[in-house]
Amino acid sequence: MKRFLGHALFWPAMALALLLVASALFNPSFVTLTWRDGHLYGSVIDILNRAAPLIVVSLGMTLVIAVRGLDISVGAVVAISAAVVALMIGGGFSATGEVHSDNPLWLALAAALGVAAACGLWNGLLVVKAGMQPIVATLILMVAGRGIAQLLTGGQIITVYYPPFFTLGNGFLLGLPVALWIAGLLWAALHLVLSRTALGLFVRSIGGNPEAARVAGVRSSAITLCVYTFCGLAAGVAGLIVSSNVKSADANNAGQLLELDAILAVTLGGTALTGGRFTLAGTVIGALIIQTLTSMIYSLGVPPEVNLVVKAALVFAVMLLQSAEFRGLVARMVRADKSLDGTRR
Amino acid sequence: MNRRLLPLTVTIVLFVAMAAFGAIRFDGFLTLQVFLNLIIDNAFLCIVAVGMTFVILSGGIDLSVGAVIALTSMVSATLLNAGWNPFAAMAVVLVLGAAFGALQGFLIQRFNLAPFLVTLAGMFLARGCCYLISTESIPIDDATYVAIAQARIPLGFNASLTIGGLIALLVVAAAMRIAHASEFGRTVYAIGGGETSARLMGLSVDSTKIGVYLLSGACASLGGIVMTFYMLSGYSLHAVGLELDAIAAVVIGGTLLAGGVGYVAGTLFGVLILGIIQTLIAFDGTLSSWWTRIVVGALLLLFCLLQRLFEGRAPKSP
Amino acid sequence: MNDPAIVLRARDISRAFPGVQALSGAGLTLRAGEVHALMGQNGAGKSTLIKVLTGVYAPDAGSIELLGRPVAPESPIHAQQLGISAVHQESHLLPNLSVAENICAGRYPRRAWTRGGGIDWRETERRAAELLASLGIRLDVTQLAGGLPAALQQLATVARAVATDARVLILDEPTSSLDADEVQALFALIRRLRDKGVAILFVTHFLDQVYEICDRMTVLRNGRFIGEYACASLDSHGLVAAMVGREVAATPAVEHVAQEREQAARPPVLAARNLSRRGQLKPLDIELKPGEVLGLAGLLGSGRTELARLLFALDARDTGDISVDGQPAKLDNPADALRLGLGFCPEDRKHSGIVADLSVRENIALALQARMGLRKFLGLAEQRQIAEKLVAALGVKTASIETPIGQLSGGNQQKAIIARWLATHPRVLILDEPTRGIDVAAKQELMNEILELARGGTAVLFISAEIDEVVRVADRIMVLRDRAKAGELPGGANEDAVYSLIAASQKA
Repeated sequence: MKRFLGHALFWPAMALALLLVASALFNPSFVTLTWRDGHLYGSVIDILNRAAPLIVVSLGMTLVIAVRGLDISVGAVVAISAAVVALMIGGGFSATGEVHSDNPLWLALAAALGVAAACGLWNGLLVVKAGMQPIVATLILMVAGRGIAQLLTGGQIITVYYPPFFTLGNGFLLGLPVALWIAGLLWAALHLVLSRTALGLFVRSIGGNPEAARVAGVRSSAITLCVYTFCGLAAGVAGLIVSSNVKSADANNAGQLLELDAILAVTLGGTALTGGRFTLAGTVIGALIIQTLTSMIYSLGVPPEVNLVVKAALVFAVMLLQSAEFRGLVARMVRADKSLDGTRR
Repeated sequence: MNRRLLPLTVTIVLFVAMAAFGAIRFDGFLTLQVFLNLIIDNAFLCIVAVGMTFVILSGGIDLSVGAVIALTSMVSATLLNAGWNPFAAMAVVLVLGAAFGALQGFLIQRFNLAPFLVTLAGMFLARGCCYLISTESIPIDDATYVAIAQARIPLGFNASLTIGGLIALLVVAAAMRIAHASEFGRTVYAIGGGETSARLMGLSVDSTKIGVYLLSGACASLGGIVMTFYMLSGYSLHAVGLELDAIAAVVIGGTLLAGGVGYVAGTLFGVLILGIIQTLIAFDGTLSSWWTRIVVGALLLLFCLLQRLFEGRAPKSP
Repeated sequence: MNDPAIVLRARDISRAFPGVQALSGAGLTLRAGEVHALMGQNGAGKSTLIKVLTGVYAPDAGSIELLGRPVAPESPIHAQQLGISAVHQESHLLPNLSVAENICAGRYPRRAWTRGGGIDWRETERRAAELLASLGIRLDVTQLAGGLPAALQQLATVARAVATDARVLILDEPTSSLDADEVQALFALIRRLRDKGVAILFVTHFLDQVYEICDRMTVLRNGRFIGEYACASLDSHGLVAAMVGREVAATPAVEHVAQEREQAARPPVLAARNLSRRGQLKPLDIELKPGEVLGLAGLLGSGRTELARLLFALDARDTGDISVDGQPAKLDNPADALRLGLGFCPEDRKHSGIVADLSVRENIALALQARMGLRKFLGLAEQRQIAEKLVAALGVKTASIETPIGQLSGGNQQKAIIARWLATHPRVLILDEPTRGIDVAAKQELMNEILELARGGTAVLFISAEIDEVVRVADRIMVLRDRAKAGELPGGANEDAVYSLIAASQKA
């Protein structure tokens, strides 16, 4: 029992479970799942589907935070990736009314992912080679990135008409949303890479004590570069899902505030913001908590904007719980209470 | 001595160069009013950036300022529509902003939390509170506000300044005095230079850290008031992303993001540079607005790299 | 008891932290115009006692009297107001502020309110210059403190501490980053302050410095007061005995002679020619042969650690050709060093040795895995096997190999870091102050491990501030002075020979 309670994932999972129970209480139809046209439908599936881009971005962010970094440009990279894929597909209606694509779909997807990975690599280079603080390094792309996305789209919302592209954000595979498959596969792949190669050990040692890792001969800069590149790539994947889902690329709003949600998801999941200790599963749970909360607030009929206040409260709570000073304070108060009881007796 | 002033010099030279470029390239650019408009149009940014300068000098960061501006505009509009005296309303939002900042500062100082995260949550909170008040834009038609908004202070040469612009300049002047010649200001520099050492010197690190965020919150709400003069409305989506512009202005103004080195005057020029980029793009007429972001990003990169060079060449501290 | 010279008397001071009784009944008496040494091993309670005196910690029990009146410092500022100033190990000037501001920070002279009431910078500079002049320190107070050499920074730090008419001045390890000349400059300042009647408490690990500057000393052990002695009446052997609580058994020197002949024939496994880095090390040659222990001796700041870091490519060298087994080798970063079969246990264990959150097993596996790279993975079972074996072989005391290494004691952490390198079967192992901060028994074990290792064919570069350790363990001794090679001695040389090489410049 104690081991269960002490497990890193216990509290995040508990919070998610409580939220789900609360949702079900407020809205009994929440738990119903229906099978229609070979697809699974229901609020839970809906939450999972909507959470997919956030999960993907947060997984990248987890690794960046684990190596004592931060990437606040992911929202901008989502917008860039969406813009690139929409431009590459471009196209329109042929004389016969057939929709075609300017480039093969795989090429469009690869180009978007390539650009996104390049964005991540850029961030990594600024951090590793130029030695900038991660917030500052990624702030540059955060500011300029959205401008670049707008430059690509000419400031317009580009609508995509090519149906095969819609599969990513709207399609189903074996009854489940494709986006969910993507997020799930990415998680599984990452989990495998981290547990079956030395990457996990390296990431934790770099995050735990960068200087010691360097002295031990770990090629920290190469690994940190990889991690930032992966984070960019993950943001690119999220950009594809988002633009496919809404069938357009909106340079101004795609991925807006996503960096904050991603950091929140990572924090909620129990990854230490000071680096070192991280948990991928926790991050997935964190992302799900955020999406469940959003859905719950929608279904309660409260203005969705209230979500921000709730998120703020959550961040404050999690931060305080992670703070040694706060825990010390609480412990002292508890002890003081006990000793007070003692004197009364 | 020169080394200390180097980043500031680069900033000023850059501004002069951009102004010279505009003057050569465009007719009617080199007028006093064009330059006064840089201050008038960016008065709220200037005020916020001044507050941000102190935060960054202390080695922290404040992401909540844009949201505090929006909240200020919402609360002001609501109070005015409820028939409050405009000056009472201003006083209330100023106190609110300062208290909001002080609360963030307390959390950062007392529980040793990351400033970035605390103010991020503060940003969520302030924006969320805006939406709780209303999701619509609230117009302001209070006579005093309208009068202030339209007032012009003539400066000769057919040029004039708004009240907002005047407030911004006064804030800059006051901040220069605080940074240079007050115990609080010097302690901010000391904390940026090394918090542990500053503490061991017996400086009041704790209260100063809280004070820095209080000041930033107060500046943000003052900026919010100036923005409501400018916009004559309260709206939840006012000043979205302004925190980034403010940070950019501070960095371009030559303040080291690591803290401890920088000048308030530099921030003024940082704001002017952001303003002149927009003005140049507007004068050009063919460039789209998103070029502003790209140019600001490029300038940020340039200045961050310069800072790294500067730090690299500076003698190593023990 | 009523000695009029007594300025400060602390009695029966106790202070506990969760799990540790740092002080139990410690005491201290300081007299005006005397320099008093506070001695004790790491963990004896010196830092805690200082922090109690300066109001950082409140004592659980005990009393402090200043000039006969009971006082209870509540904060460093309060202690300062009472007349107790301190320069802590972590005390540094703020590099981004001018020297004048560093000296006056927190007590700036103000202009009259009619002139704005702000800080009077001209007066600030005047006061700072005046203070420094009165202490015999000459420097431009308007320049940035960050631009000063370490020694001048330290002098200015002391000046700041006494600017408030301190009756008691506490100096915690003030010489640890200074070279010999700089130490003399600091001592000159200390003597000047002593002659002005300030009671000075001097904490250091350097025994010779204690005998040079101090009049009396107080020894602490395990948080207890052991005794107060006049420096003249207790020699260094007696002092060490008091500090460790038993006679230090001199270990017999190892048989060197036979090995030496054998080694002379072998080619060096690692050789560096003309190795240098500006400001850190003047060009020198160094060779390491298989199976030998090369001792590196020299004072702090003589370039010991700098040499080690250059050899392991932790810092970039300005000049120097490095060859391994006689072949020129590419050695530009620690990963290269690891690939070439080098290992390096850094001096600062906490900062650059252990990854505190990771388990003992992971810490041990780290370097080996780093050499294997990403593609080849050391499985969990293999990691366990390696860790178990090394933990047993080195006698690392840990609850389990899965315990976070941060929970181990200093000596065991050190052994685990050595285990990390043994796992890579290094051909050359550089040990920078491996015995620092660990107790006497653990030291002995560690030295035996080192000898064992060398017998197995590894070349060991052993760096230590403790000359007796170097002499005991090394087959060959290289002495550094002022960031250059001062000379080499054969194994078994006596300590005096080493000292005379170290000290040559000071006398010259």
